[in-house]
Amino acid sequence: MANVIRAIEALADVIIANKEKLTELDAAIGDADHGINMARGFEAVKAKLKTAQPDDIGAVLKLVGMTLISTVGGASGPLYGTAFLRAAAIAQGKTTVDGPMAGQMLAAAITGIKERGKAVQGEKTMLDALEPAYNAFQYGLSMNKTMAECLELAVNAAQDGVEYTKTIIATKGRASYLGERSLGHQDAGATSSYLILAALTQLAKKQSQAGEP
Amino acid sequence: MVGIVIVSHSAKVAEGIRELALQMAAPNQQILAAGGMADQSIGTDAMLIKDAIVAANSGDGVVVMVDLGSAVLSAELAIEMLEDQALLVKIADAPILEGTIAATVEASVGRSLSQVVATAEGARDMHKQS
Repeated sequence: MANVIRAIEALADVIIANKEKLTELDAAIGDADHGINMARGFEAVKAKLKTAQPDDIGAVLKLVGMTLISTVGGASGPLYGTAFLRAAAIAQGKTTVDGPMAGQMLAAAITGIKERGKAVQGEKTMLDALEPAYNAFQYGLSMNKTMAECLELAVNAAQDGVEYTKTIIATKGRASYLGERSLGHQDAGATSSYLILAALTQLAKKQSQAGEP
Repeated sequence: MVGIVIVSHSAKVAEGIRELALQMAAPNQQILAAGGMADQSIGTDAMLIKDAIVAANSGDGVVVMVDLGSAVLSAELAIEMLEDQALLVKIADAPILEGTIAATVEASVGRSLSQVVATAEGARDMHKQS
């Protein structure tokens, strides 16, 4: 449980630290609020985690999802909010996470984002980072790799996904107004998804080096 | 009577449209603004929208009027989060200002939710010059 709360704090910190960068990316082809919105949401998450005493991982993720829904404001609020709520449903009553369960949580989160955003891979969105990450994670599991190794595969795939968003035209969100002018720019949502996975990976590596599960 | 919830990224826009709509409304008609975020910044808040839907319902359902992008996503999420899943609620695919005025008039004479939604959506074809 303490691990999960630490993981949420770690991903909140990385989003807050990248507030300017995410806002700059969004300024190029969107409405210049992604970093500000996400940082405001995760500041609120950190504040709530300080006082809440969740019983299980499901409760932690539900708190994250509900907080993002009412504090982020842009499309990333309902999208990430839905993702965390769907992952929370998988983690209900659980106090530890293993590889297969992490895979299920990621799959549920991605399905939630697709349903909420009516989006698929290849539209210059967070899905372009998350879907390859999920596939790489599942590949790692099938090769009996550790959670930290699976996450490392996932984060590398997500990074490639972010690069890929530079080569495609946005058809969703505010960037879709720009059409071909969105080419050459990386998507801010895909970048924040990558950053979240990178924070989780870094923490998992540290924990596996320290001998924690 | 069908209730109306106005969802804009800006609290001022939602409140302003409500003000205009009230000029056309029946005395006890429920028209609620659910714009902006709790801290007054620009954005949409699914929790705020959810509470407004519940408050606007007097038993005949609620039509939700939306502006851009995340207003639609947050409204859909709000509907998904309703405790009472039997509550009739529809998002109108309509221009937010003209659609709200049209919906207000239609609802004020006691039409059904589907009639109110259809009228709001018809506002898309309203022309300002012939």
